[in-house]
Amino acid sequence: MKFTLSWLKEHLETTATVDEIAETLTRVGLEVEEVFNPAAKLAGFTTAKVDECVMHPDSDHLHLLKVNTGKEVLQVVCGAPNVKKDTIGIFAPVGVIIPCYNEKLTVGKIRGVESFGMLCSEKELCIGEDHNGIISLPAETPIGVPAAEVLAIDPVFEISITPNRAECLGVRGVARDLAAAGLGRLKPLNIKKTTGTFKSPVAIRVEDKEACPVYTGRYIRGVNNKAETPKWMKDRLAAIGLHSISPLVDVTNYINYDLARPLHVFDADKLHGGLVIRMAKEGEKFVSLEGKEYALDNKSLGICDDDGVECLGGIMGGMEKGCSADTVNVLLESAYFKPSVIARTGRHFQIESDSRYRNERWVDPNSNIAGSDYATALILEICGGEAAEIVVCGEENYRSKPVSLRPERVKTLAGLDVPEDEIVRILTALGFEVAKEGNTLKAVSPTWRGDIECEADLVEEVVRMKGLDDIPAVSMPADEFPKQTLSPAQRRAVTVRHELADRGMFETVTWSFTDSKLAGFFRKSSEAVKLTNPIAAELDEMRPSVLPNLLIGAGKNIARGAGSVSLFEVGPEFYGRRPGEQKQVAAGIRYGMTSKKCWQGGERAYDVFDAKADALAAVAAANGPWDSAQVTTDAPTYYHPGRSGVLRLGKNVLACFGELHPSVLKAFDIKGRVVAFEVYLDNIPLPRGTGGKSRKKLELSPFQSVDKDLAFVVGKNVPASSVVAAAKNADKEHITDVRVFDVYEGANLPEGKKSIALGLTFQPKEKTFTDAEIDALMKKVVLEVGKKTDGILRQ
Amino acid sequence: MENIEDLQNRLLAEIAAAADLKALDETRVAALGKKGCITEKMKGLGALPVEEKIAAGKKLNLLKTAVENAVEKRKNELETLELNRRLAEESIDVTLPVRPETQGRIHPVSKIYEEVVAIFGEMGFEVAEGPDIEDQFHNFNALNMPADHPARQMQDTFYIPNPDSADFDDSYVVRTHTSPVQIRTMENKKPPIRIIAPGRTYRSDYDATHTPMFHQVEGLVIDKTTTMAHLKGCLYDFVRAFFEVDNIKVRYRPSYFPFTEPSAEMDIGCKKGKDELKIGEGNDWLEILGCGMVHPKVLAAGGIDPDEYQGFAFGVGLDRLAMLKYGIPDLRTFFESDLRWLKHYGFVPLDESSMTGGLSNNGGLAR
Repeated sequence: MKFTLSWLKEHLETTATVDEIAETLTRVGLEVEEVFNPAAKLAGFTTAKVDECVMHPDSDHLHLLKVNTGKEVLQVVCGAPNVKKDTIGIFAPVGVIIPCYNEKLTVGKIRGVESFGMLCSEKELCIGEDHNGIISLPAETPIGVPAAEVLAIDPVFEISITPNRAECLGVRGVARDLAAAGLGRLKPLNIKKTTGTFKSPVAIRVEDKEACPVYTGRYIRGVNNKAETPKWMKDRLAAIGLHSISPLVDVTNYINYDLARPLHVFDADKLHGGLVIRMAKEGEKFVSLEGKEYALDNKSLGICDDDGVECLGGIMGGMEKGCSADTVNVLLESAYFKPSVIARTGRHFQIESDSRYRNERWVDPNSNIAGSDYATALILEICGGEAAEIVVCGEENYRSKPVSLRPERVKTLAGLDVPEDEIVRILTALGFEVAKEGNTLKAVSPTWRGDIECEADLVEEVVRMKGLDDIPAVSMPADEFPKQTLSPAQRRAVTVRHELADRGMFETVTWSFTDSKLAGFFRKSSEAVKLTNPIAAELDEMRPSVLPNLLIGAGKNIARGAGSVSLFEVGPEFYGRRPGEQKQVAAGIRYGMTSKKCWQGGERAYDVFDAKADALAAVAAANGPWDSAQVTTDAPTYYHPGRSGVLRLGKNVLACFGELHPSVLKAFDIKGRVVAFEVYLDNIPLPRGTGGKSRKKLELSPFQSVDKDLAFVVGKNVPASSVVAAAKNADKEHITDVRVFDVYEGANLPEGKKSIALGLTFQPKEKTFTDAEIDALMKKVVLEVGKKTDGILRQ
Repeated sequence: MENIEDLQNRLLAEIAAAADLKALDETRVAALGKKGCITEKMKGLGALPVEEKIAAGKKLNLLKTAVENAVEKRKNELETLELNRRLAEESIDVTLPVRPETQGRIHPVSKIYEEVVAIFGEMGFEVAEGPDIEDQFHNFNALNMPADHPARQMQDTFYIPNPDSADFDDSYVVRTHTSPVQIRTMENKKPPIRIIAPGRTYRSDYDATHTPMFHQVEGLVIDKTTTMAHLKGCLYDFVRAFFEVDNIKVRYRPSYFPFTEPSAEMDIGCKKGKDELKIGEGNDWLEILGCGMVHPKVLAAGGIDPDEYQGFAFGVGLDRLAMLKYGIPDLRTFFESDLRWLKHYGFVPLDESSMTGGLSNNGGLAR
């Protein structure tokens, strides 16, 4: 919402400065977005008179002036064609900043002659568009006074209006708030009533009185729409960014912004039969003044003649029956439409207009006739013509229900002490009718306010005018010792993030959306969770996995030359469209080398065991059973079938890990291998309460442990984990650790076999092992591995 | 025959001249070994008459001790020389770089999450959560935004078709704010309530300060006595702790949110420089959050009696807080996974946030 100072003063009698007005607007909830005040940049600029004007000796268009600033006479070189002796203009002395160029003026030397300042054009001062010559002020203008005092400068305010304050979409509403806040007096609104001299030839009938309780039509004949809109109106409209179109359009626009009163004007000669205000028929055609065609439904309110819907009531006029330059006879509409009907239709057909914007928020239901009178007077004044009697359908009798306010609620809800008489004063100034009933105030809101429904609304009106800054700030009372802020599940997500970052991975946050063309690989159910209205084609699906977005991110980093990428994200993946059909996942990918080349070597390509280690670390950080989970080889199909695995507890999948499938990487345009993991945090069992638990007692043996190595030849398809498990199980009490330190296939081994070498730690409990006891333990291992895996000791 | 003095002089000279441990040992064996010259002389003592034996034995023992001492001394010297030589050989260029280690980073949004949790935790808040895909009841209607409410148009909502209904009006939405968690909390918890709800939120918008996904933290307090004065105190304590400045100018502007009444927006004072923003004082204002007293209709929608209970709610942009506190200019960069950005703006993993130990070490700067 924009308006100029002079426009505001049309409604508000005030001596407040621009800054005071701006500060008050923001304080009462009409937030100032910008004040454009050219005067603020004119400090130092004064009026000055040209005492002498001769041609520059070395130029055929430059003048050499003696400029009298009231304090001194200065030599100035001037190129303006309109400069003459005795011209009074605006003088910029050396040192000021010229607003239009935003540069400091210095002593110039033009074709050998020094110039000590300049006379300015409107454009140079940012107060107008004229740059054909310098400003020339009337001869009686005093010399040496500040420019801002003599120039017609009208600062422009831009404020943002919240949806509840529809009346402030008109300048008068803003003025009323400022007056109530103590910034001046609201001037009475004097609208000239025009008495019609003949009966309206256009009959009007309202069929749907629910949707349109009041409809007024005023026929005016013999208007001249080619007349010039007055300069004051044009200037105000231009200041708020509206171009002058024709007087009829300008008048309706002006009243829209002056009183927040939308109007519409039909070319009455184009109307056939009378007007009927009714719901459209299903599929009925309407062509808007923007030329768009709509098939309406039976909830759309139409202003119709015999030809059909000519105006979508309260939203937008039609193409056919609007005014043009040749329009002579008009019908002026001013009506009250139910906001919910306007909102429904506007939303349904997605039509945006100033009219809809106001009508769906709130337009004073009792302002139809006044608005019509105001427009009629302006039209007659500008375009001439003769007005018929106004046709009014329905009654302007809106009255809102009284709302109760217990005066103490201002204190108990808002924390602000305001005496009752002050509460009454504020509400009255805002237009409320306030009456006292027992200990309660009953307030009837003014008809221009559609937003007052309950006690809290009235409390807001009071504190808004008193100023929120007056409410004391009281720290939250600590009623009891606080509970743990994060739940165990929330807490472990934090720990997992820190663990993965500590492992050298970079945490990223990517969209919850992804590209459905790439997401297909990752969907676990057949259904894609697609958005009805994605912001971009490649962000059209709620991601079924975090991985596609990590791959897109990795691809961009690789394209920039990153030889090593380790990214992870903790966030949701979606498996259905209903609320809650999502899981929290910690997912990561690694690509390329562990590091760049180093003088000591040691760099290597990331492989599946990095992803497995990440997955195990994340499960462990989430306090999950990382050491007892099984590893199976049935990872989803977007993983490499032979280089991937699943960490699970029976049916419950804790994590997947592995190299990603080459065809997936191809779709992402990534060359080389990428390993990935996904840890399903929601699937990791939460500890059953930690309260009062202590750790298992630490049993330390005083006896030296013994490390022994054994290698087994087993079938090629025997998983290493079963060899390790068999070895561990051979003597759970004394075998405390089993490591795989070599895996070998090839020469010296039979076809279809491989060798797995184990490092075993034997820990005595009662006394140091003898050689015989160690031998016995090794025999147990050989026996158990043989039994479980058919493995034989490699000689 | 060589007398004892000459022998001693010769042996001591040979010992002193021994170039290495091997030569020294040879000299020692030649003197003190089984067949060494001193050993031989010792053996010869037996043949001497008793009166000479004692004197000669004494002399020989003195000689032996002198030689042994000289050998020991020379051995130490040679060992020291040897050690020094080895150390000199072993010297390396310690200015060479260490083996590469990759230190990962925590994303600024996670860091801010932890800071916000730490601060509100101190004030007795718990963290609540809700789904990203919401029904319109929780996202709009229960928050006093019926279907045709103008505020609903302003939110650029993403819709998801309802699998159980073909009607567009039954569509699910991707939540436009964290406020639905207010309703879900009220549905599941009796007052008193003190929660914050951080999470992802979505609106169809894209520029330097708007992205289709962003993060908010919602706050909700419900009991019988909380007023707007507590709201102001709570938020003032929060911004002061969060921005880690003792004095911070704040102002509240009346505003409008369908789910609060009265409603306000909070600005913090700042000084905008060319490439710098100083939070706390100065003549500029930065809008930072929206807040207000929970609307009676919202309490009722959450199943709480508005005649008995009241409270406040607020919503802050987590990403916006990160941008302000850590000077990150463009919101879009948060979600681009650019490793250079993550390394620069991210946080080291061991830098935990708490109110007891501070929100971050050294402003969270990484090495």
